[in-house]
Amino acid sequence: MRIDVGSVLRHSANLPYADLVTRSTGAAVRRCIEAELSSLAHDDVATLDFTHIGMMDYSCADEVVAKLLLDLARRGGRPSSLVFHGITDAHLEAIEDVLLHHGLALVVHFADGAARLVGAVSEDERVLWQLVHARGTYLVDDLARDSARNSADVLPVLEALLDRRLLRRDGFTFAPIGVAS
Amino acid sequence: MTAVITVPSSLDDLSFELVLDQLAAHPADAKVIVDARHCTFASPYGLTALLTLAQTRSERPAFLPPEDADKLTYWARAGFFRYAEEVYDVQGSVPRPRSTSESDVLLEITPVVKSDDVHTVVERIKDKATQILTNRLHLISRATMGFTMALSEACQNIVEHAGRGGWVMVQVYQYRKRLGGRHAVVIAVCDAGLGFRRSLESSPRRPLTDRWDDGFALETAVVNGVSRYGDPGRGQGLKGIRGYVHRWDGKLSVRSGTARIALVPPWDDDVPRRDNLAPFAGAQLQITIPEKSAA
Repeated sequence: MRIDVGSVLRHSANLPYADLVTRSTGAAVRRCIEAELSSLAHDDVATLDFTHIGMMDYSCADEVVAKLLLDLARRGGRPSSLVFHGITDAHLEAIEDVLLHHGLALVVHFADGAARLVGAVSEDERVLWQLVHARGTYLVDDLARDSARNSADVLPVLEALLDRRLLRRDGFTFAPIGVAS
Repeated sequence: MTAVITVPSSLDDLSFELVLDQLAAHPADAKVIVDARHCTFASPYGLTALLTLAQTRSERPAFLPPEDADKLTYWARAGFFRYAEEVYDVQGSVPRPRSTSESDVLLEITPVVKSDDVHTVVERIKDKATQILTNRLHLISRATMGFTMALSEACQNIVEHAGRGGWVMVQVYQYRKRLGGRHAVVIAVCDAGLGFRRSLESSPRRPLTDRWDDGFALETAVVNGVSRYGDPGRGQGLKGIRGYVHRWDGKLSVRSGTARIALVPPWDDDVPRRDNLAPFAGAQLQITIPEKSAA
């Protein structure tokens, strides 16, 4: 499912703006997004598309991004993963700040197919996530070999990335979210 | 008996204290005349704080505008009289405001009462701010985004905490003395609402300390990012403003009640905290972002 956040802002939340500013606006948009996400199955991946959003301030980033991720983590709710698309510098400053504040992270997909892990992640998490994203799928032993680490050290990091919905399981392998294997 | 409050010839965030020192001697219901006839310079902080001053008076004050025609025109162009006429008895005739499209006033005085007003401010300023910050202050695009975010958050503090409306104004200046001719963009956001101490006192998150006063409340909110709301995501607006100002070598000052704290960059000689100032309701915030140094 792809959710156009700009369309949610203007149509579902009925606010005639191009920018995500003020906490009340952010809360209204988040409630609309949550309603859309509630119809998804547990293994679905949802894409939030910010292409038609001008700028975003800290309060809105806290409401639309952080609270959404916190709620998903708390409830173990649907969907299984959220992918962020159409993120620009106009959004990133606020998003990075609120993610760090809450100890959260998310995956941003760019139009050219590149992806970036944004927010509070350890160096180990970042290295392993980048390897998985570059290759598509990975077995734990292969990932340990390619990252010059022990399998016993790699597994808990991968489990943490799964818990945080930054990677997904694909059979015996670990795979990027939002990308078909 | 009517008291005359003399506005200094140069009115900015520091010299506004002279106005408040005079005002402190007169109760809110005393009739005062605010005399700006000899004022030759007024910063966005000075203009917006003059409007909030009138809000703190239960007896509607009188206002004497600047005598100098150029200054009078500038005050009108900044939108001062549009709102001054709502809160003061303005003496004499004042010019009609004209378009600010060609001036250094990035955002003329704009009221902030509700959430929609913040959207209006952002919509009105963001394109012009991008142009000025990029071309004249030579800042990268990320800085211009941060600028609009900081402005939005500063205005939201009024909506979320003040309990009454305030005003915002943004202008570009050339700082001949302190910045060696470099330009700077200045945001002033002033209200006469609850203020930081009273806002935090309404919350269990207020620190329990014998030292509790306006200065402590300011440090709690501005430096430690504590908000009166229990939501752990709250308090990030001021924290974000502080981070933005620090990243771009800017200055942030916040006055509330009887105290004022400042994040002071190397190019300025202000002090980080002042206590025991003359009392003034609400919160008054100023953000200054300088042109990128050539060095």
